[in-house]
Amino acid sequence: MRIVKIILSQDTWSEILGSIRKNKVRTLITIVGVLWGIFIYIALSGSARGLYNGFQKEFESISVNSFFIWSNRTSVPYAGYKIGRRVILNLEDVVAIKKRVPEVEHIAPRIRNGNWGKPPARVIKGSKTGTYSVYGDFPSVSRISVIKIYDEGRFINQRDIEQSRKVCVIGERTQAELFEKGVKPVGDYIRIDGIYFQVIGVHEYSEEGGFSSDSDIFIPFSTYQKLYNTGNRVDWFAISAHADADIVEVEQHVKTVLKDLHDVSPTDERAIESFNLGQMFERITGFSKGMTFVSLVVGFATILAGVIGIGNILLISVKERTKELGIRRALGATPGEIRSLILLESVFLTLISGIMGIILGALTLAAVNNATQGIDFPYYNPTVPILWVGGALLIMVVLGSLIGLLPAQRALSIKPIEALREE
Amino acid sequence: MISLSNIYKSYQTGQSTLQVLKGIDLEIAQGEMVAIMGSSGSGKSTLLNILGILDEADQGKYVLDNTLIENLSERKAALYRNRFLGFIFQSFNLINYKTALENVAMPLYYQGLPRKERIEKANYYLEKVGLADWATHLPGELSGGQKQRVAIARALAADPKVLLADEPTGALDSATSYEVMELVRKINEEGKTILIVTHENDIAQMCKRLVHLKDGVIIEDKLVQSQSPKEYV
Repeated sequence: MRIVKIILSQDTWSEILGSIRKNKVRTLITIVGVLWGIFIYIALSGSARGLYNGFQKEFESISVNSFFIWSNRTSVPYAGYKIGRRVILNLEDVVAIKKRVPEVEHIAPRIRNGNWGKPPARVIKGSKTGTYSVYGDFPSVSRISVIKIYDEGRFINQRDIEQSRKVCVIGERTQAELFEKGVKPVGDYIRIDGIYFQVIGVHEYSEEGGFSSDSDIFIPFSTYQKLYNTGNRVDWFAISAHADADIVEVEQHVKTVLKDLHDVSPTDERAIESFNLGQMFERITGFSKGMTFVSLVVGFATILAGVIGIGNILLISVKERTKELGIRRALGATPGEIRSLILLESVFLTLISGIMGIILGALTLAAVNNATQGIDFPYYNPTVPILWVGGALLIMVVLGSLIGLLPAQRALSIKPIEALREE
Repeated sequence: MISLSNIYKSYQTGQSTLQVLKGIDLEIAQGEMVAIMGSSGSGKSTLLNILGILDEADQGKYVLDNTLIENLSERKAALYRNRFLGFIFQSFNLINYKTALENVAMPLYYQGLPRKERIEKANYYLEKVGLADWATHLPGELSGGQKQRVAIARALAADPKVLLADEPTGALDSATSYEVMELVRKINEEGKTILIVTHENDIAQMCKRLVHLKDGVIIEDKLVQSQSPKEYV
């Protein structure tokens, strides 16, 4: 209670301010030391956070625990087959994978043209034509990668598959290239390789596996089968696992199952290949988490250095003020009052410079954020959690008091008479 | 008011022990104005420090205003200093970044008086020493005599039982010294007990009683015909 009274007292503050005003340069240097520390802490951890958020944003369009899996020619002879046999995935694999790998949440067989030696589709709308990749898809693909559909549209649904409807979802660019400005494509028809399809939605471009584009056209898988006569053939599977599953394990498991189904040697690394986005994502977030950790450590160390600087300068100041403190004690200042005078000065300086550092750090972060807007740099919403800021301030106050104890104790260890004698 | 009996004090200087006070017995009554004289090394400053509870005797009994001063904690000592004693130093010992008024108000701050009351009292005592117009000046802007008068006002502010002055005129020229002594005498006449340590004979002659110290013992303790400083001017 007494300490509260001391803190609230106007006289305490005029004492502290008086002492600070007396030593302007000293105070300034002290403040800069701690300010720099907390500034580094805020700027570093905020930037690390910005990078982390930036990567998150880059990856937000895909489910992070997902992977793609596709087939090639075999590289090992097996089960009576010679080397170099082409492995072809098919729709029956879906059932087998679902049955044998329970960790799989969604599995989307996909097929497309405009790639791997298959020519893209020729698409006509009125007098405009273009060539675009066409994908045969199931609705489940939208559970694995986010496909954003503009207003009034939708993605392929189960009915479309069942009835092999001639409907399509076109891309932003397809719309821009085939439709007049201001004309709503949804409900309208386009001709894909000679067949009329009704447009049911327009998708926004999203960064995905690297080979998708904003001109892609999605049609129901069953329709694709009939249009291109592909039978049960699947180009690749997009698979997502349950949130608690280990994605690498699931990937290996699915590979094993596929190898088994297609008589591929378990040692054949080339026949069945996969690309794990989750792993990539984990590597990148791991990197940015490491950055965050490093920035925390560096920031904390800088704060510590700043606070030690305060302690050091207070120690010098106590030496300088030996006589003054002696006078105060001769006039009746108790040891407690002397101690709280020095401690409060330390804590006050730490707090003030800490808050200034936080403000400066926040301004810098905002400036960097503004500067990186609109350019292709994974930096987004650099924030420092309020808990970290509060924590840093708390640590500083605690350290400030601890470090202040040292000079305070020194001030008290000198007898008033010795202090008065000092010239 | 003050009673010292058989006070001993020694200092450790390296290997050897220096016996500074060798059995001091001294009784000082309320309202006295005592000069403690002696050459340097006679132990007069040590005696004053013990009286001022700034230092502790090795042996002996010290009673101040019916309170036995013995084995005090720092806190208690600070309390007694604040309540019983006012100090006047040779080098004034004003806090140089505080104004005259703030300096005078300082002991009142440690007494826990509210701000308004402190300012009021401090102003009163500044006026008493004739420095009301200098209240807002820093010590650096005052002359030596003015500084000492501020110090006296500060010593008086807490309304102590005893004023202890350590060579109060040591840093002043004689004309200013006499002015300061005139002020001290005036305060004594109002009933305050005052002890002055000095080695200047003329200053001692302005007190009412003279205690002569030599090599840690009192060799002379006599009443003097107090001379007014005015006679010297």
